[in-house]
Amino acid sequence: MLALLHTILLHRSTGKFHYKKEGTYSIGTVGTLDIDCDFIDFTFVRVSSEELDRVIRKAVSEFKDALSNSGSDGMGQISLEFYQKKKSRWPFSDECIPWEVWSIKVNVVNLANEQERQICREKVGEKLGEKVINVVEVINRHEYLPKMPTQSEVDNVFDTSLKDVQPYLYKITYQITDSLGTSVSTTMRRLIKDTLAL
Amino acid sequence: MDSDLSPQDKKDLDKFIKFFALKTVQVIVQARLGEKICTRSSSSPTGSDWFNLAIKDIPEVTHEAKKALAGQLPGIGRSMCVEISLKTSEGDSMELETWCLEMNEKCDKDIKVSYTVYNRLSVLLKSLLAITRVTPAYKLSRKQGHDYVILYRIYFGEVQLSGLGEGFQTVRVGVVGTPVGTVTLSCAYRTNLAFMSNRQFERSAPIMGIIVDHFVDPPCSSQRPTHMGQPCNYRAPDEEDGGTFAGVQDSQEVCTTSFSTSPPSQVGHSPRSFSLVQNLKVFNLSSKNDKHQQFLTVSTLDDLEFSPFVYALGLPLQVLHAGKEGGVVLVPAQPPHGADAHLTVEHAPNTPSSSGDDDGLSQSAEGRRDEGRRSVSPSDPVESLSAFTRKVGAFVNKPSTQITAASLDLPFADSFTYSSNILHSQGSEGSGQQDDFVMVDFRPAFSKDDLLPMDLGTFYREFQNPPQLASLSLHISSQSMADDLDSLPEKLRVYEKNIDEFDAFVDMLQ
Repeated sequence: MLALLHTILLHRSTGKFHYKKEGTYSIGTVGTLDIDCDFIDFTFVRVSSEELDRVIRKAVSEFKDALSNSGSDGMGQISLEFYQKKKSRWPFSDECIPWEVWSIKVNVVNLANEQERQICREKVGEKLGEKVINVVEVINRHEYLPKMPTQSEVDNVFDTSLKDVQPYLYKITYQITDSLGTSVSTTMRRLIKDTLAL
Repeated sequence: MDSDLSPQDKKDLDKFIKFFALKTVQVIVQARLGEKICTRSSSSPTGSDWFNLAIKDIPEVTHEAKKALAGQLPGIGRSMCVEISLKTSEGDSMELETWCLEMNEKCDKDIKVSYTVYNRLSVLLKSLLAITRVTPAYKLSRKQGHDYVILYRIYFGEVQLSGLGEGFQTVRVGVVGTPVGTVTLSCAYRTNLAFMSNRQFERSAPIMGIIVDHFVDPPCSSQRPTHMGQPCNYRAPDEEDGGTFAGVQDSQEVCTTSFSTSPPSQVGHSPRSFSLVQNLKVFNLSSKNDKHQQFLTVSTLDDLEFSPFVYALGLPLQVLHAGKEGGVVLVPAQPPHGADAHLTVEHAPNTPSSSGDDDGLSQSAEGRRDEGRRSVSPSDPVESLSAFTRKVGAFVNKPSTQITAASLDLPFADSFTYSSNILHSQGSEGSGQQDDFVMVDFRPAFSKDDLLPMDLGTFYREFQNPPQLASLSLHISSQSMADDLDSLPEKLRVYEKNIDEFDAFVDMLQ
């Protein structure tokens, strides 16, 4: 139970990471909202867009469920990828070319008692603060941003499905590894090794 | 430089920078109001939505900012700074952070003003929004109320970071290059909240570590007392005067007089706010019958998680433990003995040794024989609570020191009481001054449950006071030396007799 709560905390705050990237296309403005984390003493800012919030929460709770189903000491990684669509002339579907990928590694911890939980809470709160600073640092390097598209190309760069904000095109993926560190690739590797060894 | 920019671009750039500065101030001040900020996204922009961000404009903040800018723009050598400080209801104040918007000469000529610079400024504002929630002052500002308030001050010109104490940290929010220079936004925040915590806790719930820290931590002790003793001028960089310990004395008096009953709920705020107090040092002293200097062992504490323990021979000690839950458990001390009280009176008003001794105290016990001074203001007799214990000295590195301890009590709010002891050690070495030590009672960490203190506390106590090693005691060691010397000739004779056996053994080994 504690482990689950722990992961929820982390996840509720991961929602903010990608909001930095969003832009408005000279159409509107972005409002902001302060969110307090329930279980950690941390507050973060997110865009005040309910739809976006819903989308993120859904993805995060899927990740959380997958993590909790994988066992008690699981590890997982959730990735937020910003991509650009490129229309191909061939009869192929559009390519998605990522230009920025954020990966967050998560470990599930089991905490034995109240005191440990308290310590954990504080530590996680501080760590989150540090991570926010890291994120801000990276973003401020202004390394690459897709060019502002023309009207017709807007959909290739921005996610115009939401009505009040317009983030860059993004997708959220995750993968879970259980405590033995196995994942699909390692299992495959093992299988191949075993067959070769025979 | 300006000739490279078209007049329109220059005008735009100036406008952007001006509004950026105003918006920055708004964001910072709003973040410290103590409330959660909430603005709505809208798809139709209004005129005041600069940088595509919905940031409300508080009129007086704008007014203050404009007044500070006085028609100028942040430029090279002219930084705009917003200083956030905390002011307690007693009137003491302390600088918490300084946000600086600076400009340097590094120009980025190729950048497009109206587009790239604007967007990057917008990203920078968003970063600012995020960072303002991360610095420690945010948590403090969320809890402001009748204990303390957060104040802001805008000034233009040179950045002044001296009021932030030692060890302040800087975080850079971001940079944006423009054709006329690079705009940098950064924040310097204080990490040493000891002063604040000392005051705060003495009013509501003292946390043992804090009190000790107040006197231990050199930067703190050299700076805070003067602040506490005087009406606060947070800009005064004159904290590093010598003789600050006289201020300590003042502060003690101020502390004692400022006690008031405050509801226990306030305790809940404090500990987590001051989890940034670092380098808590605790001294263990033990008393034996000797004239030698007392050795000190120091343990460094983080985050007030552990309760420091100090012992005095036969004297009640108090330990305040900063519970994670925010509760401070205090154990009162019994009123001092007659003799002890006498000592208290005698030594408390003594001029404390310089803060340099604190450094000495912080060294490991092995090497040091310095004396340090701890003093706590005397206070009214404390009512007894549970878990009062008497401790015996611990960590004796050298045998014997004559220590007498006096217990001082600090009155405290409601059910909280705090007392500490002053140890007086007659040092034969070191500064030669008579110094006091504060002995604080030991209360083991995580002792919320009933069972734990018994186990943990007993454990600590038992192993804090290991019996004197026989070999360490002077008399016995000298005796044994003599014995050894005497027995040597005999042993040599025996070995010579058996020399053949030994040779055979050695050959076998080879």
